[in-house]
Order: sequence, then C-alpha cells, then structure tokens
Amino acid sequence: MNDKPKIVIGLIIFFAVFTFPFWYNHGTVSSAPEPKLSDKAKQARQCVRDTEFMRTEHMQLLDEWRDTVVRDSERIYEVNGKEYNASLSNTCMDCHSNKADFCDKCHDYASVEPYCWDCHKYPKEKM
Amino acid sequence: MVDILKPEEMFKSIDYTIPEDRWEDVPPDLSEGNFCYPTKKKNLEYLGLPAKDEWSPADEDWKLPDNWEEIIHEGFKERLEKYRSLKVFMDICVRCGACADKCHFFIGGGDPKNMPVLRAELLRSVYRKDFTTAGKILGSIAGARKITPLVIKEWFSYFYQCSECRRCSIYCPYGIDTAEITMMGRELLSLLGLNINWILEPVANCFRTGNHLGIQPHAFKDMIDFFCDDIEEITGVKINPSFNRKGAEILFITPSGDYFADPGTYTMMGYLMLFEHIGLDYTLSTYASEGGNFGLFTSSDVMKRLNGKMYAEAKRLGVKWILGGECGHMWRVINQYMDTMNGPADFLEVPVSPLTGTRFENAASTKMVHIAEFTSDLIKHNKLKLDPSRNDKFKVTFHDSCNPARGMGLLDEPRYVIKNVCNHFYDMPVNTIREQTFCCGSGAGLNTEEIMDLRMRGGLPRANAVRHVHDRYGVNMLACICAIDRAALPPLMDYWVPDVGVTGIHELVANALVMDGEIERTTDLRFEPLNEEEEQTDE
Amino acid sequence: MNVNYLYSLLAVIVLGLIAYVGAGVAGFQGLFGIFIPYLAVVIFIAGFINRIMDWAKSPVPFRIPSTCGQQKSLDWIKQNKIDNPSSTFGVIVRMVFEIVLFRSLFRNSRAEIVGERIAYKWVVWLWLFAILFHYSFFAVVIRHLRLFLEPVPVFIKIFEQADGILQVGLPGLFLSGVTLLAAAFFLLLRRILIPKINYISLAADYFPLLLIIGIALTGIMMRYFTKVDVVKIKELTMGLATFHAGIPEGGISGLFYVHLFFVSVLVIYIPFSKLMHMGGVFLSPTRNLANNNRMKRHINPWNPDVKFHTYEEYEDDFREKMIEAGLPVEKE
Repeated sequence: MNDKPKIVIGLIIFFAVFTFPFWYNHGTVSSAPEPKLSDKAKQARQCVRDTEFMRTEHMQLLDEWRDTVVRDSERIYEVNGKEYNASLSNTCMDCHSNKADFCDKCHDYASVEPYCWDCHKYPKEKM
Repeated sequence: MVDILKPEEMFKSIDYTIPEDRWEDVPPDLSEGNFCYPTKKKNLEYLGLPAKDEWSPADEDWKLPDNWEEIIHEGFKERLEKYRSLKVFMDICVRCGACADKCHFFIGGGDPKNMPVLRAELLRSVYRKDFTTAGKILGSIAGARKITPLVIKEWFSYFYQCSECRRCSIYCPYGIDTAEITMMGRELLSLLGLNINWILEPVANCFRTGNHLGIQPHAFKDMIDFFCDDIEEITGVKINPSFNRKGAEILFITPSGDYFADPGTYTMMGYLMLFEHIGLDYTLSTYASEGGNFGLFTSSDVMKRLNGKMYAEAKRLGVKWILGGECGHMWRVINQYMDTMNGPADFLEVPVSPLTGTRFENAASTKMVHIAEFTSDLIKHNKLKLDPSRNDKFKVTFHDSCNPARGMGLLDEPRYVIKNVCNHFYDMPVNTIREQTFCCGSGAGLNTEEIMDLRMRGGLPRANAVRHVHDRYGVNMLACICAIDRAALPPLMDYWVPDVGVTGIHELVANALVMDGEIERTTDLRFEPLNEEEEQTDE
Repeated sequence: MNVNYLYSLLAVIVLGLIAYVGAGVAGFQGLFGIFIPYLAVVIFIAGFINRIMDWAKSPVPFRIPSTCGQQKSLDWIKQNKIDNPSSTFGVIVRMVFEIVLFRSLFRNSRAEIVGERIAYKWVVWLWLFAILFHYSFFAVVIRHLRLFLEPVPVFIKIFEQADGILQVGLPGLFLSGVTLLAAAFFLLLRRILIPKINYISLAADYFPLLLIIGIALTGIMMRYFTKVDVVKIKELTMGLATFHAGIPEGGISGLFYVHLFFVSVLVIYIPFSKLMHMGGVFLSPTRNLANNNRMKRHINPWNPDVKFHTYEEYEDDFREKMIEAGLPVEKE
C-alpha cells in the first residue's frame, strides 16, 4: 500500500492553512494607523489622562464612567484636581469629533467592535 | 505448579496503590510462579530461531549473548523501518491514562506496569535513548533510559503478561495498540533466544505435524473416528468424514484444541454432525490440522510459516474455498494477516454456500469463511431443523473472544446462532462484551499452568461479569467461539464462578439439530441427560 | 511521589525570565520579536514535515484496524459502518469522529472495586476537558489571526463576537481564554494529584501544559490587567506576516515578549515531542484502515520469503503411518 501521495497532500493542506497569514496579506505592508487629532483636541494638548494611559485603558475609563453615571448618577469625573463631565458624547466626542479618523481607524485595525454606539449617538462629523 | 490463593483471598489482595519508587526503579518479580517457563533449545533449533542453552528467568545472570545490546538495537531499528505502527506508537502517546484501568491484568492484579501505557513505556524509554535526540541529550528527564540486562528481564516479565487482546486500544484516542507493542517486544526478546515453552513447543509441533499438539496423521484420524462413534451412539446417525480428500468442495480447518480436549471436543462433534446433516462436500486435512497459529505470539515470520499450510493444502487438494472453525487468534490471523502473507488465493473461488447460494462477498479475496457466518446463513435460510428445547437446561451467556471482536467484528453472527438454538440467552453487561469484551486471561500463549495466579487475576474481569449474569439470571453456561477460551475458561469458572460450564456454540447447535434419521435423544453431546429441570440454580 | 513537574515548571519559569530580561530589560526586542518567531516557524515547518515523512517512510505491512462494532458480513446483519468501516467513506467518517469528537476517549470508563465485585462506570471528565482544552486552544489561535491579517476577514470578526458573547467587562471577556486556562489546569492537576496518572507522567508531559498555561496567563494579563497597546502589537505581527518585520517605535512591554517567546518555544517544541499526536492521529493504522481484509488483499512491501514445511516433507515424515491408517498419500 503506497499512501505517500495522500500523506503529502495532507501535509500541503495543513501548511496551506498554517501559512494563511503569509499569503493572505500578499506581503503588502500596511502601516499601523495613527489616530488623527481634531483641531480642538490638538489645542487641548492633554486629554483627561495622559496619552499612554488613554491608548491602552480608554475602554476601561469609559466603562467606569458608564457605571458611575448610570448607577450612581455621579456625573463628575475628578482627576488631578480637574473635573470633567463623565460623558462619551459630550466630553470625549467634543474634542474627538472625528470618529472615523480617531476611533474607527484603530478599532478596525485591531478588529475591535465597541458597542458604544449601539446606544450613543455620535455627533455629525466636522472634518 | 505453585499453589495459589483462594478466590476470596485473591480478590482481597487486589491493590491499586501506586508504589513509592519510580517505575524505572522497581525490578520485575521473577520468582517461581511469576514467569512462564522458557522454551527448550530443541524447539528453537528445529525452527532455526536464535537458540539459547537451558536457563531460567529466576536466574540472576541470564547469560545473554555478548553482543546482546547490538542485537536489540539493530532489531529495534529494523522493526521501526518495517512497521509504521511501531514508529507512530512510540512517538505520539500523550500518557493521558485512558488505557490504565482497561487491562484485565491490571484490574485483577494492580501492578502498575500492567497499565498498557507503562507496558509501552518499557519499550518507549529505550526507544527514546536509542533513537531520539531529546532522549540522547536529556536522558531520564526526557523519559529515556539505557537498556540493561534488568530491562530485558522486565520486558520478558511484562510482555508475557499481556494477552494481546487489544482492549486498551479501543479506548486510546490515537488507537495505540498494545498488541503491536507486545508483539514487537516479544520479537526482540526472541532475537536473544528468549521465548516461552508454552508458545514455542506448539509452534515447533505445528511446523512438523501440522498442529500445535503434535498429533500425527493417523492419531488425528483416530480421534475423529472416535467422535463419530460417540455421535452415532447419541443420535443413531453415522458420520462419514473424509481426510485429505482431493476434489472436495470445501476444506475445513479448526484449532487442534477442538479435537484434543473437552469441552472443545463437543464442539468438534457439533461441526461433524452439522456437516453430515447438510451433506456438505468437505474434507479435513491432517497436514493443515491446525487453525490456531502460535506464530502470532512469536514473530510475524513464524506466523507466516505456520499459516502457509492452509493455502498450500487448499491448493493441493483442489478445493474451492476454506471454512474455518471456532477460534479466536486464528481468526485474527485469517482476517488481518493471511491474505497479505500467503495470498493471493487466486486458485480458490469466492466462497458460496452450497446450500443457500449465499456468496460470502466479505471473504471474496481471502476465500475463507467463519463457521458462525456459515451457520447463521444456514439458519436464516431455514436449512436446519432445530429443537432449541434440547438446550433448555442451559441458561447461556456469550463471551466475545478478543480477536473476533476487536480484530474482525464478528459479534452478531454467533449471537444469532445461539438465540436460534437456545431458549435462554442473557448477555453480560455492556462494558464487558462486544468490542469492550474482556480476555479470558490466558490468551497470546499464556494458558500455562505455572502462572496460574496471573491467569486467575487476568480472567477476573471476565469471571466477574459472568458472575453478574449467573446471580441475576441463573446463567450456567458460558458459550464462546475460541479454542483457547474453551481451555482457559473452565478452570477460570471453577475458580471464580463454580457453577458455570463452558461450551462452543456448535455444541449447542448440534444439541438442537434435528438430524435426518436420528433416534430419540436422551442425552446431550456430553452424555448427560437432556433435561435436568429439577436441578436448581443456586440463588 | 513523581516530581517531574518541578523540572518542567522550572524550565518554563527560566524561559519566561529569559524573555522578560532579554527583551524587556536588556532590550533585545529584535531577537525576541523578530528573529526567534521566524526561527520557530522555520523549525516547526521543517520539523513537522520531517517527522511526518519519517513516519510515512515506514510501510504499513498489515491491515490491523481495531474493530469496534459489527463487521460487514451477511446482508441481513447490520454492519456498524463507522466503528467497523469496510469502505473508504466509512474510514473517513470514523477518522472525523476520532479527530473532531475524540470518539475513543468518549468511551472511557473507570474500573472500581465495589464490595465483592468489580464495577465499571462511564466517566466523561477526561473527554470533556480534553475537548474543552483543544477547542479553546483552537479558538484562541483563530482569534489571534486578527493580529496577522489586514484587513481582518469577516469570519474572524464574527468568531470574536461569538467568543465574547457574554459582554463582560471592557475589553470584553473572551470565553476561550478562560476555558483554555481552566482545562489546562484541570489536566495539570489531574497529572499531579491522581496517583496512577502521576506515576506515568514524564517531565515532557508537564512541560507543554505548563507552557500553555504560561501563554494563557501572559495573554490574559496583557488583555485585562497590565495592558498593552494592541495597535503596536499588530504593527509588529503584521510586519512578521508581510516579511517587513520591525519593532514598533517605543517598543512593547516585556510581558508581551514573554508571551511571544512562550509561543515560539511551543511551536519549536511540537515536532520533537508528543505534541506530534496532532499529525500522528491521522496515521494510526488501527484507525485509518478499513476492515476489508478478507475482501481486498493488502500488500506488504517487505513480505519475506520464509521456510515452510511443505506437504511433501510432511508426507515423507509420516508416509508409513498414513498408509496404515488408510489416509491417501501422494507417493505410495
């Protein structure tokens, strides 16, 4: 019984699947997106927290806000002696009004689909 | 023979506690009663196998050949190159432990090296040392160990505590087959002249006389004639078997156990009566007078040498096809090895039952049919007149022999036959029958007196299941389709479930068979009264 | 007690430290982020092919399926076409059951002494956790494709949504991560605590489990606790997948390199270990052959010439006795 052809075909299929990322991307370089700041955001220079924190933990901050606002009706977020209105639509989106360029780019890149906008309306974009 | 414990004591002695020491550091127990006797030199010499002077496994020094390490290494390498099964099974075991409590020897004894996974590790550890990079570099951390004379002793001890029943293999997620491991282990030992007599003596006998028991042609004929006389006395019908007859349609081959010892002999009488009754054009052969093949327990080469006689004789006699009797490992060989080894059987025809016209397509190439297939086909086509009430004193259960169950799948044919010839049939619990069946505890050449303790322990799971149906339904007869079973189960039953007898299914068939011109039967084939309904089954 | 797991635990800790210090502290991010992952892929591919072809080189001399059901025989006897297949299609179904559903493991039972009897109980735990472990692992691998594909295909997005269906916390909890860790811990504890399993376990059995636990823990840490900038990570992984590898500006935390290094080690380890069961299960002769031995001749490529004892030799030995007994002979 010569089953080598079958085994080789099996191996080829396995490695075709295994190397899927290599050929799917055709080796095309796609540079990582950089969130685009709106003019207002640029002027503000500083978000509610520092950039490094915001990059990695903004989702947790928003989650926290949601809980304090909805459950405790505590609308004020205080940090470093400054007070902010804990609101995605009114505070965040006030500066970061360019959702497509600021939010979506990275979310798409990282294949994240936040459910923020299941409830929240986002302001009409000002380009 | 060493005295063994009483059944209750043996049962209580089962101990699943794991030893303190690593298994690599636990030496095998090779005291009297714990090993099979080695074979005599003359048998090895007769077969042209590596021979060894008289020795005993109890000896401190086994006086292995000077280059024993090289012999084992080269032998191992050769087998890795010949058998993908060995290579894959050496590499892929994950030691999940699913097999651990599936072995009857482990269940009945508790020795952890009878867990199939460790039995295989005995070889695997040496394999890692000799053939894998990790094992060479990391040694014992990678589970590798160097082969020593003590490892050889361990192999001898544990590869002759495996009955190659393959029960563990059906639970293994990768189908690792311990029978393959044991067969390889035994072949390697055989290269050093280490064999057991209960296997090699039958092999040597079979090679010369055609059967394991060394029965010579004239004695074979005498034995059959003797059965014919008994049959005539019981039924009044004269049986006319033929021997070595050219031009017969069918060659019938059955294990020598069937014409040598009770209760197999009654099964042999059963075949003769059945064939006479249906007027089958068949012949027996004195040259191919063995269905069994202890070569299976020695090496593939020896298996082939013994098996060759079946086709050679069929060709010489010019028969159309071969019919095989009730035997376990015989059918593993026929179903999984014979055609590959000694085929193609192009001088034979696809078997067709002369009575029913049924073409046995499932034997189209090997051209050998199992008698349970043949008889169930006869019954299905109403070719037999049966009076099952003649078996009414028996409450029957059926022991699936390991090899027909897991090496073939012959499960429903024998049950169909039994249910048609007996009125009282009760199957044992589901995880002890069919593909999950338990070994008799004496298969693969271990049916020898000197290891009675091991055999009774190994047979315990089977006996335990029989006791269950004995207690619940009053079962008093254990039917089987294997000559080793018919030799091994009676002492097992005497030991664990004393009220249960052992029979082949064709003995039951013959009891129920209403033959043309028969006298009124008063006894069964054992010359015991047909009806003993007064006899109480003990509760 | 068998303490092989200590060797493996030590090995995994040392490997973790190497990556943490090497990439995180000493800054060899190129080595751990680019060179070693590529090396791992190359070794994996070469090693895997080599192992499979080495198995393929040895023939299957005999057709030895373990039959787990009724054979094909007479028309009116119902064959178990899956557990005792006689056709290629049956074999394929049997293999699919075996590989996808762990059919044989599902049969598992436990033998126990109950009073004067031995009893067998069907046990599902090993099967259940094995299934959970393998499918969780598979799910985790699929999910990670989001880091290697741009744009991310829809099926992966759907898969992620299903995996995060509970919508617990932010970032949303992935079930597969939790089940992988739980199943791996179950399998590990089983190995350490059940005496029989402990007795048979080698360091090589603990090592991959601990390594996978390490991978899962570092992954969970990064996602839910210590946090990493996933965009930077994708920048690195996309670089690897498009052969334009580079370390993103500003670097990535040491924990990420521990995670990546564990994965690389696992991938390298596969071809040289029992983890090859993933390929071996396809080649197991007791499962991947039809039980059609008597219908179709199986060829053994090395079928040896052996010495038979021929009928002529036999008759020469016994001729007188045969004639006397009235048995026919070839030569008078």
